[in-house]
Amino acid sequence: MPTTDEIKRRIEAAIPESTAEVEDWTGTGDHLRATVVSPAFAGLSRIAQHRLVYDVFGAEIGGPIHALSLTTRVPEQA
Amino acid sequence: MSSDTNPIRDAIAEAIRDNKTILFMKGNPEAPACGFSARTVAALQALDAPFAAVDILPDPRIRQELSALSNWPTIPQLFFEGELVGGCDIVMEMFESGELAETLGLEQPAGDAVAVPDAGGSAPLGIENRLS
Repeated sequence: MPTTDEIKRRIEAAIPESTAEVEDWTGTGDHLRATVVSPAFAGLSRIAQHRLVYDVFGAEIGGPIHALSLTTRVPEQA
Repeated sequence: MSSDTNPIRDAIAEAIRDNKTILFMKGNPEAPACGFSARTVAALQALDAPFAAVDILPDPRIRQELSALSNWPTIPQLFFEGELVGGCDIVMEMFESGELAETLGLEQPAGDAVAVPDAGGSAPLGIENRLS
């Protein structure tokens, strides 16, 4: 099961100029919550923004990453 | 679109087409089996939104085919008029901003945040029963 730090690093490595805050929602490591801010989200629908983040992890979502709750923003709104 | 015969994916596509508002969830609206599904149901019920619900748990292929069809990895998934609205995070964000009511063509209730009303009025579809 990936750690919150690992999730953060992978998001920030994959999405241009992004910053990610990742927390363990339940303390059990299987329900994670991430807030991701990136200019790459500008002009995209929420669905498209979340897909960019989900795409970083592919089939791991629902597998090793049981649940990843997302909030995405472009920097101007942050 | 695959040209292979895929009855599960076809049944899911048909359910999305035939139901104006449809939620794919874990459990059913009366007994959600996951907190994310429960919150999404509560938001819809707070708007008095009529919706069909499909429990994805009885057969792992339902989730697999749904995610392949929608290009969305998590459950729940809410569709309106054939389009993916979002999962729990997006639905809750839209509920809180009033966008969900707007999207679904409903009135945002006045006053407080999510009042969780009585369950009821939304029978699970039982898609799995039509697959054998």
